[in-house]
Amino acid sequence: MTGCDVAIIGGGLVGCSAALHLRRRGASVALVERRRCGSQASGVNYGGVRQQGRDLAEVPLARRSRRIWGEIEDLVDTGCGFEASGHLKLARSADDMAGLEAYAGAAREAGLTLELLDPARLHERYPWLGGGLAGGSFCAEDGHANPRLATPAFARAAAAAGAQILEGVEVLDAVGDDRGFELHLSDGTALRSARMINAAGAWAAEVSARFGEPVPEDAMAPNMCVTAPLSYFLEPSLGVCGGDIYVRQTRRGNVVFGGGTGIVDRGKVRARPLAEVTAQAARRAVALVPRLASAQLIRSWSGIEGVMPDGLPVIGPSATTPGLFHGFGFSGHGFQLAPAVGAVLCELVLDGDTPTPIASFRIDRFGESETKRSLAGANNGPGRNSEEGVQA
Amino acid sequence: MTEIAIVGTGPAGVRAAEILVQAGLRPTVVDEGPDSGGQVYRRPPEPLRLEPRSLHGYDAGRAVALHETFDSLRPHIDHLPATLVWSASSGELELLTGSRRRRLRWDRLILATGAMDRIIPFEGWTLPGVYTLGGAQVALKHQACTVGSRPIFLGTGPLLYLVAWQYAAAGVQPAAVLDTAPPAARRRSLLGLMRGGRNFAKGVRLVVGLRARGVALATGVRPLAAIGGPDGTVRELVWRDPRGALRRTGCDAVAVGFGLSSETRLADLCGLPFAFHAGQRQWLPICDEQGRSAAPGVYLAGDGAGIDGAAAAELSGARAAHALLHDLGHAGSGKTASALGHRLSSLARFREVLDSKAFPFPAALATAAADELVICRCEGVTAGVLRDAAQRLGASEINRAKAFTRIGMGPCQGRVCGPAAAEILAAALGVPLEAIGRLRGQAPVKPVPLAAFLEEAGL
Repeated sequence: MTGCDVAIIGGGLVGCSAALHLRRRGASVALVERRRCGSQASGVNYGGVRQQGRDLAEVPLARRSRRIWGEIEDLVDTGCGFEASGHLKLARSADDMAGLEAYAGAAREAGLTLELLDPARLHERYPWLGGGLAGGSFCAEDGHANPRLATPAFARAAAAAGAQILEGVEVLDAVGDDRGFELHLSDGTALRSARMINAAGAWAAEVSARFGEPVPEDAMAPNMCVTAPLSYFLEPSLGVCGGDIYVRQTRRGNVVFGGGTGIVDRGKVRARPLAEVTAQAARRAVALVPRLASAQLIRSWSGIEGVMPDGLPVIGPSATTPGLFHGFGFSGHGFQLAPAVGAVLCELVLDGDTPTPIASFRIDRFGESETKRSLAGANNGPGRNSEEGVQA
Repeated sequence: MTEIAIVGTGPAGVRAAEILVQAGLRPTVVDEGPDSGGQVYRRPPEPLRLEPRSLHGYDAGRAVALHETFDSLRPHIDHLPATLVWSASSGELELLTGSRRRRLRWDRLILATGAMDRIIPFEGWTLPGVYTLGGAQVALKHQACTVGSRPIFLGTGPLLYLVAWQYAAAGVQPAAVLDTAPPAARRRSLLGLMRGGRNFAKGVRLVVGLRARGVALATGVRPLAAIGGPDGTVRELVWRDPRGALRRTGCDAVAVGFGLSSETRLADLCGLPFAFHAGQRQWLPICDEQGRSAAPGVYLAGDGAGIDGAAAAELSGARAAHALLHDLGHAGSGKTASALGHRLSSLARFREVLDSKAFPFPAALATAAADELVICRCEGVTAGVLRDAAQRLGASEINRAKAFTRIGMGPCQGRVCGPAAAEILAAALGVPLEAIGRLRGQAPVKPVPLAAFLEEAGL
């Protein structure tokens, strides 16, 4: 049986970021990932690095994470493809635009500077935009990165700093209390730790249930697509009010777009995109950026993301077990937040507190009936197809 | 009504359709090509009338018989030519004809998706004038053109000799036929090869026929580089003979192929489990002895299920159709399927000798790629970048290597670079080929214009 200060369940971006931050403060860390780091939500998402459009409760965390993204190359030895090319959120109705204006005002209080654009200004600055737009909101600090590179980079950096990263190993059982935790692993070994972090993504509710705090976590499959390269023209990452389409172009020229949901299998092992959802996303992408009509779709994919009913993650200490901390359920918009969530979890574990406000993400905020209903309906079909739950 | 779909109208798909029509069923038969025949028996377009003997050589009889069969089936099937099946799932196929989409429901599906040449990159392989053996064959059969007037045929496998012979018979003298198989390989495997009966005799006749035309044949070849001329196209191949001597052969084209890789992406999208086939060095969808896959209602036939050649494909197409009929309750079909299975087993033994002894895949040639050599042509990824991903970035399996290096992310989805990339990755990690896994199939299996999605799919 091996021992460490902190055991982390789950090798997504949250888990790997927590591992790196803990190592940098000298704690011994073992991270257990049943596939490869970044295999699921962290690796399959759109790649948006976005503060704009988030629930205001997330903005302080998002701003902290943006500072980390700005120094990512120093932290993990690669830029992870991060481009601060801006995020442009588009209104397709007067109501949408009113929403963007209200948000811009409220977000300013939280330190987020957004520029509102009327249709004339919008088309002047971005002549490749399609019609039917009532305006937009631009966040210059936002942008996008390559999710396939980011989590493995954090995992490598954590390992280089001395963390034990165990890939291809599953946690069969975890028990513990304030005196310590014991994890039984699928390679036949056991791991003992003083503290534990539950960063198990769409499967984290299974872990929390083991510690007497079940939560109504659902699973969702984003429907993602990419085209063959076009010459580079689409600088900002694009989103819309309602979140049914998001589009970005990499420097290399490939256009990544997504919208709607694919299908998660009953066992929450595999997810796949759906042809009709891809078709609808393609139509919306072309409506937003007409010149995409000449693009070639070369690949589509999906993966499994954990979703909470209010669209907000679960971050914070366990409500039942001192020494246990949670970071999961990012509902389709965790990629940008994850680096800071790792830093926050590190502070919670080592200092018992964090300067970043996370009260809105407490694990015990869900009603009992909500939890019961969700558990009854768990794994009973495809993931939700909710506009709010998806990237906005 | 049971909806039956067959993907592919090569020898396997045509024989499957024939059996189903004979049983009174009306399958929908889809193929990317403009007409039936698949790759090996590709039919020239209507106005172009080419003599079958000159096109297909000793296989002319089979080719003509297959085409006549298909022509007789036309009134009894729903034929969708020039149609790409870009995705598949349980119960549905996504089709694209031109820019029109259609969704096809199926209750039973026969996948007869064929195969593609296996490529091993070498210096100069991306020069204009360097083609696959299959490409050289298409030029001849479908367009009555040749890839050059003095082509070199390079690689290994029966197809190497077949295409070279077809060119010679069409009046184009190959500059050389260069086989990487060791010189003694065929002699040593003679006994095993002779079990192939007619197939073996055919092979012998190809070699004899090429020699009789004065074509230079060499074995134990190690290709070093294709060299371009002043206009940039290939004009010479530099290679080592089995004694290690440096040789130069002038040419105006090179046709390359080191055996075949099964086209299995649709099988993957249908969720079929795969197993590694050591003899063929590739992952294949799991299939029983009657052609049933592990998924209910999905059957596999032809080279798309494992490389067995055109004659075997006709038998396995029929076998899959009989298994399907048996599953629908038709009497007698189960026995016929089994009998065909036995015939195929003995053909498979011949194929094993071809793969392992007579024409072994030169994996060492792939793993010896210089760091600067481009392996993934679509994305410009070199062997060195791939090795770096394995050794420094922790790419311990092929999909990870793809995520880190972009290998296989281009339009060909790894069809060209996949086999060599797998060998290089496994060697860099010091693990067997099976350990690095297989590239997962993703829809669309070939590129689809976004414009095709602007309208709803027809049904």
